[in-house]
Amino acid sequence: MTEKRTAAAVSDRDFTLAGRRDLELDRTYGSQSFWRDALSRFVKNKGAVFGLIMIAVIVFLAFAGPALSGYDYRTQDMAQRNLPPHAAGLEFLPFFSGVQTRSVGGETVKTDVYAEKGIKHVTHVFGTDTLGRDQFARTWTGTRVSLYVALLAILIDTFVGMSYGLVSGYFGGRVDFFLQRLVEILSTIPTTVIVTLLIVVMKPGLASITIALMITEWIGMSRVARAQTLRLKEQEFVLASRTLGESTPAVMFREILPNIFGQIVVMCMMTIPNAIFTEAFLAFIGLGIPAPLASLGSLISDGFKSMTMYPYMVACPVVVLALLMLSFNLLADGLRDAFDPKMKEM
Amino acid sequence: MLKYVAKRLLISVVTIFIILALLFFMLRCMPGSPFNDEKITQVQRAALDAKYGFDQPVIVQFFNYLKAMLSGDFGVSYVIQKNMPIAELLKARVPVSLRIGLQAVTLGALIGLVMGIVAALKRNSPLDTLSTVVSVIGVSFPSYVFAMAMSYFIGYELKWLPLLYDTADPFRSTIMPTISLCMFSLATVARFARTEMVEVMGSDYMLLADSKGISTFRLLGVHGLRNALIPIVTVLGPLTVELMTGSLVVEHIFAIPGMGSLLVSAIQFNDYNVVLAVVFLYSVMFIAVILAVDILYGVIDPRIRLAKEEG
Repeated sequence: MTEKRTAAAVSDRDFTLAGRRDLELDRTYGSQSFWRDALSRFVKNKGAVFGLIMIAVIVFLAFAGPALSGYDYRTQDMAQRNLPPHAAGLEFLPFFSGVQTRSVGGETVKTDVYAEKGIKHVTHVFGTDTLGRDQFARTWTGTRVSLYVALLAILIDTFVGMSYGLVSGYFGGRVDFFLQRLVEILSTIPTTVIVTLLIVVMKPGLASITIALMITEWIGMSRVARAQTLRLKEQEFVLASRTLGESTPAVMFREILPNIFGQIVVMCMMTIPNAIFTEAFLAFIGLGIPAPLASLGSLISDGFKSMTMYPYMVACPVVVLALLMLSFNLLADGLRDAFDPKMKEM
Repeated sequence: MLKYVAKRLLISVVTIFIILALLFFMLRCMPGSPFNDEKITQVQRAALDAKYGFDQPVIVQFFNYLKAMLSGDFGVSYVIQKNMPIAELLKARVPVSLRIGLQAVTLGALIGLVMGIVAALKRNSPLDTLSTVVSVIGVSFPSYVFAMAMSYFIGYELKWLPLLYDTADPFRSTIMPTISLCMFSLATVARFARTEMVEVMGSDYMLLADSKGISTFRLLGVHGLRNALIPIVTVLGPLTVELMTGSLVVEHIFAIPGMGSLLVSAIQFNDYNVVLAVVFLYSVMFIAVILAVDILYGVIDPRIRLAKEEG
């Protein structure tokens, strides 16, 4: 607006809104960068924000949980075996009462195990297992394995899957043909079954789980990266930088990669639940990391054996695993909608 | 079309070949040999090697193995049931697993389809929200979470259904395993059906069909559903994988005498022959499903066929 305003001139102040409801004002939206736009869409998605917060809480507990409990995952205490969850001083809370409900001959019998043993001052937030180890420490130590697997999935996705897809899509022709036939054959092999077999041959442990995931987890990502590269590689900005004499790796990683980054992030997030599930599945059928180490899957597998007697033993790791999977799924969905509202279902 | 089918078939054959090569390689990598008894002399060992063909070149051994596996001769079990031919062991177990698998797929696909369509027709209603919540939960939770929860509350606390599989009462025994296995299929199908149905409902041909004044039933059934169904066929492949891995744990939880529980106990007892046989069988089944889905997809949607032939 003009700075100097004379009394006679007409200005904005001379007008008021008519107050008619049926008239809509034009609203101007400030232009937003892609990332800011994605962020604002993400924040609006309640599920995704919930997922993010839950993941933060789980990560915090996985690292601080064992220390908070005052126990470690391997110390056995035969005097404190099979204890239900109990928090000293918080007995009024239903879950932490330390009272075990059991049906004996059709009647429900409630026993305060902690009072019986005279250890009312002892706190085991998730109870103890059949060897008297603190379940809270074990559950959160086990969660670290799941988080390690999640991190691993991201690394495999970005290093193997993304590069594979970029190379296959960018070079095209014979390279693409060969690489794609390989993917086609690999994706026809039932991976979980092969992974199972692989771990039977190698010794069960974190190393063999790592190798198993490396073989299987990158295929989806390579497909996405290839499709996106194919879409971009004929566009003007890529042609321009090639004409200007940029080297092939520079075109691939500096020109194409930043433009497909959104899809890469989304795909990464989608592989995480899958990888966590694979680890938990392997651990459940007895191919997890060896004792006394624990992962959520092996805790569930152990707890399942005495599920009818001590249901809390299996319930705590199951709930943590389910929450972790749910949070990653919600986060992945939220990111997908945020980065690309049109890319609804993959 | 013929070229497309031939290409798919070729890929399947190559995959089966690769799997067999992998299995053979792993068999040779297994620690120990059947004859590492110290009492066996050099001469006896040579005789045993000759009897079982271990003196022949690796390539010949591989083709012998190939022939045996493809003709259904999986060798004998060492631990689970000593010297029992594995083919015999499997004969009773395959139908049980197949039955539960088929029940789970059918139930999951049907309920998922209905849920997805209802959600698409009544968008942003409470029903839609409910269907979204159910499908997020179904995709997120591994099948054994449902299996354990049901076996504890319904089987153990309420005693409505048998806690463990009862061969005398297969119908009631398969209810809980079927439900826990079908959750993933249900969730996936519901998600896909909703997305597809929303897209189809907004298309011009639906508007045209509607403006011709045909009945709602015909509009949805013939014009809508038929087009929405096509992409749903593609999720059948991933669903079988999920069913297979699911069946391993679910059969273990409910002590169902099927292939999955056989594999789990074979792994736990180090019965390598049984592991290899079951893995091979699972692989063949999976490859067959993928092949069938790919061909079916080509048959029902000509656009895919053409696009794939070009590429």
